[in-house]
Amino acid sequence: MANIRKIARRTFLIGSAAIVGGAAFGAWYVNRPAENPLKTPEGGAAFNPFVLIDQNGITLIAKHVEMGQGSRTTLAALIAEELDVRLEDVRVLQGQPAQAYYNSALLGELVPGNGYDRGGFAHALGETLGVLGKVLNMQVTGGSSAMKDGFTQMRLAGASAREALKDAAAARLGVAKSQLKTENGQVIAADGTTLAYTELAAEAGQMDLSEPELRPASEWKYIGKSMPRVDMAGKVTGTAQYGMDVRPEGLKFAALRANPKRTGMTKFDASAAETMPGVEGVYDLGDAIAVVANNTWLAMQALEAVEVTWGAALYPNETDQIFARIEQGFDLEANSTMRDDGDAEAGAPTGSLAVEAQYKAPYLAHAAMEPLNATALYTGDAMEIWSGNQGPMLHRQHAAAEAGLTEEQVTLHTPYLGGGFGRRGDFDYTSYVARLAVQMQGTPVMLTWSREEDMRHDFYRPGALARMKGAVKDGRAVLLDGQVSAQSTTVQVMKRWMDFEVGGPDKGHVDAIFNAPYAIENHRVRGYHADVDVPVGAWRSVAASFNAFFQDSFMDEMAHAAGVDPLEFRLQHMREEFPEGAACLEKVREMSAWTGSTPEGVGRGVAFAYSFGTPVAQVVEVVQQDSGIHVNKVWIACDMGTALDPSIIEAQMFGGMVYGLSAAIYEEITFSNGEVEQYNFPDFDATRMHTMPEVEVAILEAQEHLGGAGEPGTPPIAPALANALFDLTGTRARELPLNKTFDFKY
Amino acid sequence: MATRLTVNGKQLNTDLPEDVPLLWVLRDEFGMTGTKFGCGVSACGACTVHIDGEAQRSCQVALGDVWGDVTTIEGLGTPDNMAVIQQSWLDHQVAQCGWCQSGQIMQAASLLAQNPTPTDQDIDDAMQGNLCRCGTYPRIRAAIHDAASKIGG
Ligand code: FES
Ligand code: FES
Repeated sequence: MANIRKIARRTFLIGSAAIVGGAAFGAWYVNRPAENPLKTPEGGAAFNPFVLIDQNGITLIAKHVEMGQGSRTTLAALIAEELDVRLEDVRVLQGQPAQAYYNSALLGELVPGNGYDRGGFAHALGETLGVLGKVLNMQVTGGSSAMKDGFTQMRLAGASAREALKDAAAARLGVAKSQLKTENGQVIAADGTTLAYTELAAEAGQMDLSEPELRPASEWKYIGKSMPRVDMAGKVTGTAQYGMDVRPEGLKFAALRANPKRTGMTKFDASAAETMPGVEGVYDLGDAIAVVANNTWLAMQALEAVEVTWGAALYPNETDQIFARIEQGFDLEANSTMRDDGDAEAGAPTGSLAVEAQYKAPYLAHAAMEPLNATALYTGDAMEIWSGNQGPMLHRQHAAAEAGLTEEQVTLHTPYLGGGFGRRGDFDYTSYVARLAVQMQGTPVMLTWSREEDMRHDFYRPGALARMKGAVKDGRAVLLDGQVSAQSTTVQVMKRWMDFEVGGPDKGHVDAIFNAPYAIENHRVRGYHADVDVPVGAWRSVAASFNAFFQDSFMDEMAHAAGVDPLEFRLQHMREEFPEGAACLEKVREMSAWTGSTPEGVGRGVAFAYSFGTPVAQVVEVVQQDSGIHVNKVWIACDMGTALDPSIIEAQMFGGMVYGLSAAIYEEITFSNGEVEQYNFPDFDATRMHTMPEVEVAILEAQEHLGGAGEPGTPPIAPALANALFDLTGTRARELPLNKTFDFKY
Repeated sequence: MATRLTVNGKQLNTDLPEDVPLLWVLRDEFGMTGTKFGCGVSACGACTVHIDGEAQRSCQVALGDVWGDVTTIEGLGTPDNMAVIQQSWLDHQVAQCGWCQSGQIMQAASLLAQNPTPTDQDIDDAMQGNLCRCGTYPRIRAAIHDAASKIGG
């Protein structure tokens, strides 16, 4: 295994060569079943890493963390579908860090090709590549991949346990297995005898497991239905436990202050802080200070009294200088040319009308509702950690390194996450608490970030620039030549998380632009990696969040130049290229009764994006009110392939849209003197109840493969809104956030 | 000097300094973690509790200034015995990450106590201080109308 890891740790190509890498590991390694992390319970059985039954009841294990997206419920429903149990009768727990819970679908996104026309062959390649996740210990919740990852695996886990339980019942009753059926946690014999799974579990655990057949869709009871979420009762009664809510015996409360310029610290003076009320100690964490007290607020107050001299930033001090470096990215060699149809180099074909535009998107913070925090207890030869996180193995690995322990010596619990949006894949807050806990051996400590620390020490959505050239002729686009320059999230994240140097074409960097499913004769998309080192990370929908803005704002500009209705213009270029995508556009046209014209004081815009396997079309309506422009309504149509849980998908679609809407209107992270200038929500506001549009969501199921739900709702809203504002005002905004150009209702 | 508070009908004492915000007394001193910290500056509403039945931002009320009986989300109802409004939240499957929801529910409960039949405009006015990064607003609105119809009978 060490060998394999070494191969993997060499430069890992993120484009086409990754497949070669995937093949190099060989089926023998990746198909070996991972060890079951569940221990056999007294008088029961752990059938596989996902199903545990003993006399106390039935426990299902969710491999992906619950950060609001509802995956715990749907993963459990997939198991329950085959196991024949009711969700209200089982416990659903979060999986501990373990290889058995690796994400097989996340890396599948790296398969070359545009995704939307992925045939059987490319899809299989995606699955092959997905197993790389196992080699790399990628137990990660992200990339809208939880359902693609779990759809078959969870049903198999339920079905194989069910078959073992029937085997045990057949043996006990002395009847043929074919005479038995299962329902609501019981095996039922032909004569009406019932045996509860809980009493059969120990015997069933002794049975050989065989690969069972999965039920056809026509027999599904739960899949495709809106299931009551398993986390809902806890979340509406204040009893659900999040990272910040754990209270191990003897817990101390600490607050953090880290370098806002993101490097080290030259010196600090904590003498004033040490004598403040409640303070029990001030700790040096290398590039940060922690104050430990008997109350979080008292710790935060004392931190203010610490005088620190911070090291200088490793990136340019001012926003303008940072964007100048992004602009210079266009002068470097392109990192990728993921699309190159026809001859874009030749420019606008004769007789066509040239269209050109440049766009800009800012850096963005995640601002999850629960500020970052983690808790740890170090006892010399072991450590226990509670951290709401999106990558349990990764967090455990880095905590262990901090403490000089092996990963096995560290127990990591993942309580509910008060939002993640990509931020909690990064493990800095877990590392900090581990570093602190080592200095407080024997005492559990919770390290909480203030909102200000959280906002000013994020791994930001990169700022990005685009240069778009196009041409239209006879009502059609005949040229689209797009260039995008930004920092690469992929490169930074892989380096930070896995210590990988990634090279080669970075597909994620140009997601939702190179694979925008428009058929255009001369069509090229080039991605550039800007040479600047602001800390960046995965932000809900990653690069699709800015690329869709560039792509679909420009489509709108071309439509207007061509004199064609913007919705019809998109359809003309998509109908044959990607019928499922076109169907989403048709759907929002119907839902919104789109006519192409709007009365005075009303504007409408449309946009489309394909990301994380899901096409999404959105129509936005804005109205001019006395107090400013109000976003009145958003119609959303998506194609999920199979809609596993319509209510959860609907919530993700409008939730993802709102996350993008907040960013599109209000949000921007800027730098001055090397420090982020935004501190708290008043500087980084979001859509609220009175500014929230009405929403309507339609879920289509025509795609052959499952689509992701958590992210694809985010990318289309910024261009749809900018397009609607153009319709309302005649002003074309090419820079986000849009409140720089327009007055919105507050 | 000990300060005495009445929280969810129980008398509780604390020796914390009088300037500690009620939020942090509830969470770190009394272990009542249903009330959430989101911003500390009155900009998100995650910390909303009731004082004498009225919604207040507990991050802005100093321990020494608490002027009446405190009710938190834990005092509203429990998983086995939910308040009507919590049941409406459950029926409408409102919560996503859920971190803002204690505050949303306390704010909405206070609205309904004062105005049993709120219009959409009333909901906008009462709820705009409560941020939800997951964007659950449409379902919050539906749940409030639902609870209003149930409470009003
Ligand atoms: S924590 Fe009190 S309003 Fe945000
Ligand atoms: S449900 Fe996540 S912030 Fe409201």
